[in-house]
Amino acid sequence: MAHPSDRSYSKDHEWLTIDGDVATIGISDFAQDQLGEVVYVDLPSEGDGLISGEAFGEIESVKSVSELIAPVSGEVVEINDSLGDAPETVNQDPHGAGWMIKVRVPDDSQIDSMLSADEYDAFITES
Amino acid sequence: MAEQLNRTPLYDEHLALGARMVPCVGWEMPLWYSGIIEEHRAVRRSAGVLDLCHMAEFRVFGFSAFDFLQHMLTNDLHQIAELGQAQRTLMLDEAGHIIDDLVVYHTGDLEYMMVGNADNRASDLAWLQERAPADLEVVDESDRTALIGLQGPDSLGIIAELAGEGWRAPGPFRIAESMLDTIPALVARTGFTGEDGVQIVSGARHAAALWRVILSFPEVMPVGVGARETLRLEAGYRLHGRDIDRTVDPVSAGLDTFVPLAKAGYVGAQAVEKIRAEGPERRLVGVRVDEGIPRQGFSVLREGVEVGKVASGTYSPTLEAGIATAYVPAEYSAPGTSLEIAIRKKTAAATVVALPFVQDATSSLS
Repeated sequence: MAHPSDRSYSKDHEWLTIDGDVATIGISDFAQDQLGEVVYVDLPSEGDGLISGEAFGEIESVKSVSELIAPVSGEVVEINDSLGDAPETVNQDPHGAGWMIKVRVPDDSQIDSMLSADEYDAFITES
Repeated sequence: MAEQLNRTPLYDEHLALGARMVPCVGWEMPLWYSGIIEEHRAVRRSAGVLDLCHMAEFRVFGFSAFDFLQHMLTNDLHQIAELGQAQRTLMLDEAGHIIDDLVVYHTGDLEYMMVGNADNRASDLAWLQERAPADLEVVDESDRTALIGLQGPDSLGIIAELAGEGWRAPGPFRIAESMLDTIPALVARTGFTGEDGVQIVSGARHAAALWRVILSFPEVMPVGVGARETLRLEAGYRLHGRDIDRTVDPVSAGLDTFVPLAKAGYVGAQAVEKIRAEGPERRLVGVRVDEGIPRQGFSVLREGVEVGKVASGTYSPTLEAGIATAYVPAEYSAPGTSLEIAIRKKTAAATVVALPFVQDATSSLS
C-alpha cells in the first residue's frame, strides 16, 4: 500500500492536496482497500459548505457504507462527477482520478494538524 | 472481542489466498478474496468455490427415521423415496414459525442427512433430539463433515473431470457417490446461488485437498461470504436470521412450496392451515430501488408512512442496482406496487418485484 508523500491525511482516511486556496480531497488507498469494490459515492453539491469533522458525503461498497468526514472547513467548488457512473475509479486510482471534491479553504492552518504520509502509515498500522 | 470464533478446516487455505477474514455467525470466514463483485460474476459466468464447512449436518438413522422426519419437517418425504434424492424443507414450531430451513438428503436405507444453517446448529439438534423416539439416532455430524460448494455453469464439467470416466452427473436435487481425484465424496446437485452447481460432502480431513484440487482449475475463483450473500439474494433464497426466523411462518415468507397442501400432521400444521385459510397479514416481497443501496433495518414506506423494515438488502452486481426484501402488509405485496425506502437522509423510490430478482439458467427455486 502506497500513500504518496505529496499530501496530507486525516485519521478518517481522507487525503488532501492544496493548490493556492483550493484543496482536493479523496480517500486513501488503505480506505478503499478496506471498503472493497465501491459501488456508490454520494457527494455534496458545488457551493455547499464543508465543516471540519462532519460528514460531507457517503461511500458505499457492496458490503458497507461509510461517511466521508471533512478534514477541513470550506466551500465546495467542484465535485468529481465521473464517480457517479464509475465509482470503481475510487478503487483503481484513489489518489488520482478517484478524487472526490475540491474545496476553497479560507484558512489553510487547518491542514497543519493533518498527518504526513509516514504518520498516516504509522496510524493505520497501530489501529 | 471476548467471542471465540470457530474456524473451518479451510481456515489456513483462506489465509494463504489472502482473504479478508470476518466474523460470520460465530465463525471466522472469508468476506472476499479478490472482491465481492468479481467473485459474484465468476459464479454467474464460470465457477466459484465456497467454504460451507460451517454449516450444520445432521444424520438421522433408524427404523423410525421416515416417520419422525415426516412429522418434524414440512415437505413430503415421499417425494424423495428413492435413495440419492434431496429436497428443500422447513422445520417449524407449533406456532408455525420457522426454526430452520434445511436440505434433506435420502442417503441410505433408514437414513437421512440434513444440512441446516450454521447458527441454528445447536437449536436444530436440541429440537430434534428432544422429540426423537428412543430407537432413533440423531447425530450432529458437523465437525467431521466438510461441505464445499462449487457453483456456476462450469461446475459440472469440473466435477466430471475430477470424477473420471464412467461418472454420471446427478440430476437436480440428487446426490451421487463420487471419487473426486482420490477423495471420496457425495456430490449433491444443490446450491443457493441460482446457478447450476454442486455441494460436495466429504470428511473434514479431506477439505483442504478437495479445495485445492478444485482451485487448480483456472476457471474457478474462490468466493467469500460477501458474494455468497449477493448471489443468494439475487436468486431469491430466504436467509434464516434475516428473511425468516422464529417470528414468521412459511406462507408469509412465500415458502408455501415447501409445505405441500396435501400434507397434514407435521409440527406446525394447524397454524399453517389457519394462516392459509385467513391469508397472511404481511408478506415478504422483493423490492428494487432506483438509487442507493437498501440495508437491513432501513424503513420501508408507503406514501411516506412506514409499513415495514428491510430484511435483507444489498447491491446487486447483476442488476447494478439496490435490491432488498421486506415484510409489508399483504395489500402492498403485488409486483409493481410503489413503495419507498428511507436510505439515511434520502427517500428512494422502490418497486415491488417478483422473486427471484435474477432469473438464471438453472434457478431451482421450486
